[in-house]
Formats: sequence, structure tokens, C-alpha cells
Amino acid sequence: MSDFTSDFWGLYVAVITLVSILACGVFLKMLSSKKVAGSTVETMGHVWDGDLEEFNNPLPKWWMWLFYLTLAFALIYLALYPGLGSYAGIYKWSSQGQYDGEQAKAAARFGPVFDKYLAMDLKQVAADPEAREIGQRLFLNYCAQCHASDGRGSKGFPNLTDGDWLYGGDPEAVKTSIVAGRAGVMPALAPALGGAEGTRDVVHHVLSLSNQTHDSVRSGRGAEKFATLCAACHGAEGKGNPALGAPNLTDGTWLYGGGETAITETLTKGRNGVMPAHGEFLGEAKVHVLAAYVWGMSNSGGAGK
Amino acid sequence: MQEQTTYNYKVVRQFAIMTLVWGIVGMLVGVIIAAQLLWPDLTYGIPWLSYGRLRPLHTNAVIFAFGGSALFATSYYAVQRTCHARLFAGPLAAFTFWGWQLVILLAAVTLPLGYTSGKEYAELEWPIDILITLVWVSYAIVFFGTVATRKVKHIYVANWFFGGFILTVALLHLVNSAEIPVSMWKSYSAYAGVQDAMVQWWYGHNAVGFFLTAGFLGMMYYFVPKQAGRPVYSYRLSVVHFWALIFTYMWAGPHHLHYTALPDWAQSVGMVFSLILLAPSWGGMINGIMTLSGAWHKLRTDPILKFLITSLSFYGMSTFEGPMMSIKTVNSLSHYTDWTIGHVHSGALGWVAMISIGSLYYMIPRLFGKSEMHSIRLITVHFWVATIGVVLYIAAMWIAGVMQGLMWRAVNPDGTLTYSFVESVKATYPFYAIRLLGGTMFLGGMFIMAYNVWRTVVGAKAVDAPIMRPAAAH
Repeated sequence: MSDFTSDFWGLYVAVITLVSILACGVFLKMLSSKKVAGSTVETMGHVWDGDLEEFNNPLPKWWMWLFYLTLAFALIYLALYPGLGSYAGIYKWSSQGQYDGEQAKAAARFGPVFDKYLAMDLKQVAADPEAREIGQRLFLNYCAQCHASDGRGSKGFPNLTDGDWLYGGDPEAVKTSIVAGRAGVMPALAPALGGAEGTRDVVHHVLSLSNQTHDSVRSGRGAEKFATLCAACHGAEGKGNPALGAPNLTDGTWLYGGGETAITETLTKGRNGVMPAHGEFLGEAKVHVLAAYVWGMSNSGGAGK
Repeated sequence: MQEQTTYNYKVVRQFAIMTLVWGIVGMLVGVIIAAQLLWPDLTYGIPWLSYGRLRPLHTNAVIFAFGGSALFATSYYAVQRTCHARLFAGPLAAFTFWGWQLVILLAAVTLPLGYTSGKEYAELEWPIDILITLVWVSYAIVFFGTVATRKVKHIYVANWFFGGFILTVALLHLVNSAEIPVSMWKSYSAYAGVQDAMVQWWYGHNAVGFFLTAGFLGMMYYFVPKQAGRPVYSYRLSVVHFWALIFTYMWAGPHHLHYTALPDWAQSVGMVFSLILLAPSWGGMINGIMTLSGAWHKLRTDPILKFLITSLSFYGMSTFEGPMMSIKTVNSLSHYTDWTIGHVHSGALGWVAMISIGSLYYMIPRLFGKSEMHSIRLITVHFWVATIGVVLYIAAMWIAGVMQGLMWRAVNPDGTLTYSFVESVKATYPFYAIRLLGGTMFLGGMFIMAYNVWRTVVGAKAVDAPIMRPAAAH
């Protein structure tokens, strides 16, 4: 696509650029060709502030040639590379072209490394020490920002090493998470739960599910609301649903914290967990190695053992 | 109107003292954020003191508070003395002082509170932008009014540079800060997308070119020949490099946007004009340093001259480095690394701060009726502390920057990156420590200066020199 809305603007840029470069040269020539009379340099004859005067030494030759050299370089560069409006330059270079070229070169050089693993089962890849090393490098560059370099995550970012999975723990599910991303949405429910008081009841019911200290009266009242509003995703017993990414509320694993305060916040304000899709960005072959590595974090040995 | 017989030194004194104050404040904030890079929890997670808010405070304080006050002080001093006329519109000059201090104060409050327009070096929100405009127009009236009422026929070269700087900065500020207010402390840029980025860096690079270069070259053209007691080396060279400099700087901005969404043609044009800029920049260095020919021996004994000439050397070095970094191949390594920070500080500390410090040492005793500073020895100490500080700073950032650039592009045989980002951060730690040491030394030098100025000024009477009669025309 052209950078310009009409041919005029390309021409406009080209003409102004060329005239400007040439004008610098003409200006330099004009001021350097004047002869300095005599061998001793005189001052200009003006005096300011008592003693400020000016000599009129000629321009240093090396400096003048440096100036001309940069002007010549500019003209040559603009003949070879894009710069003069829509003129593409003799080399027909473009940053997009360079990017595509480098990508193609990298794909040709590194593609076979990854294609070898793509043909293998994920569990086999996870058992391959070399693949695990590559997987770790990919992980450190693309995943560690959220999931931490050891994969143990932090608040809001799942721990990948504990064997607890929101979307299921088989290697294909892990791969799908990386390829397509995930959106874990917990809606804000406070109004539906009957305001602060109703919410508190449900919070106590949720606390009871994982055997934490709770108020059994409140928990009893909350159970009814849980059945109508929460069970659809988290299940009647609160054991969650990997198809939806709804967490199991009965274990000790909490993405956003499991105490009364954190659960209240979750119910009141909701949560938005986003795992971005990496399929298009990394390509399937890299994701394959990466998924095997991530799965291997909590499944030592893999299929090979 | 009654002819006034003295120069207006009051506003010069005010700006000169505030240059020192803001220099210390701005550099102190710099030292704090440099320390935060070593110890991220240094300020206990207090939001107002977080790196992201203090960093714009640092840049605004050193560029506009310290550098700006230095430019006001020296331009008001030089323009009066070289025009043999009292400053035009005295009350307006006083307004520029109080207005500019108010701008700085508002910046010091709003930036830590998190109010920002998000444009680098133009972070201040729209009400402050309007105040800046008022102050700047007043500055132009005072400056050009003085030039217009001069008692000599020719306009001295320093005034071309000061004048060029004032006019261009007005243009840059008006175009780049065009914004749409949505509330008292929030506005959005009038431009969008890549156009906004281009306007921003057209502004950003010309802030370097005109605020930090042309203005300080004006300073150089007055104080170097004065302190050296020698005529300026070449009038002709000053004409060539003045026009070439102000013409080509305007084109250089796109080199900040190499390998981005900016169209290729704009990147190329920005790059070639950045290279063309090398000779015009060096013209100023040559003219300053060669002014000393015939008086080189003075450099051995005169620490003020040491400051001025060393600053020109740093100027020459950074204006060589800049064009080199604008070459796309070099830029692909240097961009986004600490090399850029090193480059900026060789200009900001080595050139801008040192020429200002030298000029202040020349000017301050004269503003208070003395012939020289309280202690020449302390100026020498300041010079060496500052110089070693700058060298440590920029050497550390060069090494760190090249190292980061190489680490980021290192690739394993399988095509994956050899280093994760955090590994390059870890490797930079020792260099952050050296940088902190260098910055602390430079700040230490400012405290030595503050003591020396205090001893010079305390008990001294503010003296306004009588207006000198112009020399008879030859």
C-alpha cells in the first residue's frame, strides 16, 4: 500500500528533500569560496561589550569536506533506499521485505528442529531432554513474565507446577490453552446475591466447601444461593468444571486467594483472567514443544517412563 | 522615558541562583531513580515516589528547570551586554522569572501525583502548557525587544543562537502540545497513531537541538571568548554552522522511530539529515575550541575555562555519537538500550551542565560586585569531580547498552533467544552501580559549587553594572 494519499505528496517530499540537501551544498560553497585577504587574519572590526571580537578564519578544509561528504552520502543513500517520496530506491528495499526475508530464512534454518518434534506425541516430546531445554528457553521468553521463571505463577496467574489445572491437565488441553488462549471470567455477583449481606452468606458457604473456618448459619443460607447462581459453573458440590475453566472450590488451590477477604472481593467485583493466544504468534511447531514442556513441569517423566 | 544607566541584573541574579537550586534538585531526583534501579524497593512502594513518576520529574527538572533557568540567566545577561542596552520591558522580564518558577513548581506537584499527558519531555498537562506559552511569548518580547533597542549596529553571534532557540522552542511547544482537554488535569493529543509519534519525536529531537544545543551554543559564544580573552575564531564558520544547524535539525526526528510503523521513506530522510547534522554541529565545537588558539596556556590554570572547553569536547563527542546512532544498522543494536541513556547524559551532563556551570562561575561574582568566585581551588575540585563523574556514568551506560543489545539478539542453534529479558537486567546491575556512583559524584560537585556560591554571595551587595558605551565604529 502506498504511504501517500495521492501522487502529489510523494513528489512533494522528493522535491523538498532534494532541494534541501542541494541547498546545504550551495550555501557551503558560497561561504567557503570567498577569499580571505592577506596571510594574517583580521577581526571583523566589530566590538561588543568592551572586548568581544570576531576573527574571520577560513572554514577548516577537513570540516568542509566532511560536510560535503555527508551531503554526497545522503544523495547516494536516497538513490539506493526509499526516502524520496514514493520512489522505492534502486535496491527496492523495504522494512517489511527485510522482515519477511529474515522470517523466511529463520523458518528454513530452524523449522526442521521444531518439525521433528511436531511429528511426535506431546508426552514423548516431554520426555525428550533436548526438547525440554528448547521448551524452557521458549518458556522463559514468552511465559515467565506472568507465570514466573519457575512456572509457579503469582496472584491471578496460575501455578503450572502443582498438577492443578483449570482447563484440564492432559497435554492436548495445555496445548489448546497456549494456541487459542483462555478467558476466565467470573462475573461480579454482589447485586444478584442480595448485596453485601447475601454475598457474605455465600462467601461463608464457599469457605465451608474447602473446610475453612466459617459461620455455619451464614453458610446454610448461602448454600441456597450457591445452588442457583454458582453451581451452573462451579457444580453443585463446587468441584468446578474444566470445560469452562471454572475452578474447583473444594481444594486448597486459589488463583486469587482463598481467605474471606479475597473471596468476598472475587464475588463482589468479579475476576477477568486472560491467557493470550500464542498460536499465530509462535506457530504450531513451537507451541507443541512449549506445551510439552509446560505439561512436563507437573508430570515428571512423561510417556517415556 | 528616562534613560536608565544600569543593566537589569536583578532578573539575571534570580535565574542564576535558581539554576543552581534546580540543578541540585533535578540531579538529586536523578540519583534517586538511579538508585531505584539498583534497589527497586528504595521508596517503599510509595506511588508518588515510584520510578515511573520520578523519571519525568527528573527530566523536566534538569532540562527545563535547571537548563531553562541557565538559559534565561545567561541570555538576559549576554543580550544586555552585547546590545549595550538595558533589558527591554523590565516587568515582563520579572514575569518570565516568576512564571517559569511557577511552571516548575506545578511540574514538581503534578508529575509525582501522576498527572501526565504521556508525551516524553512534554508531560505537563494543558493548563501548565498554557502558562508555558505565556512565559515564552514574554521571553521573546523581552529578548527581541532588547535586540531591537541595541546601541550597536551588528547583532552579536550569541544572540542569533539565543534568538533561534527562543523562536523554535515556541513553535515546537505549540505544535507538539496541541491537545484536547477533557478535564482540568487530563487532555488527549490532537494527533493519533504514527502521526502523533512523529510529531512527538519531531518535538523531542528538536528539544535537544534547540533547547539543549542552540541555546547553549549562544551561551558558549558569549562566555568562551570572554573567559579566554580572545576573539571568536571564525565569523564565517559561525554563519555557516548557525544556518546549517537550525535548518537540518528540523529533519532529524524520525531517527527515533527506526523500524516502527513510521513509513520507510520518513525513516530514511530522518537518517540522512541526522548524518548531515554532524558537520554543522562540529562547527560550533571548532569555533569554541579554536577561540582558545593563542591562549592554550590559560587552560592549565583557569578551571572556568576547563569547564567551558571540556563541555565543548563532550558536545563534539555526543554530536558525533548521535549521527552514528541514527544509522539504521547501528540503531537496531542501540535502540531501547542504556546506550541511549549514556548518549543523552554525555550531552546533558558533559555539554549542557558543564557549559552552564562554567558560565555561572563567570557570571555570579560579576552580578554581586566581585571580580571572582570565593575559591578558585574549589572550582578546580568541582571540575575534576564532575568530569570523573560524567566519564564513569557514560562509560558504564555504553558498556551496559552494547551488552544489552547483544544479549537481546543472541540466538541459540534452535532459533530461540539465548537470554530472557530479565537476564539482561541482571547483567546490567554492576553498571547501574557505576552509573549511580558517577551521578552521585556529579551531584556532589553541585554541592561544592553551592558552597562556593554561598561564600561568594553572602554579605555581598547586589550590583547592577552601568551600561557600557559601545566602542567607536572602526
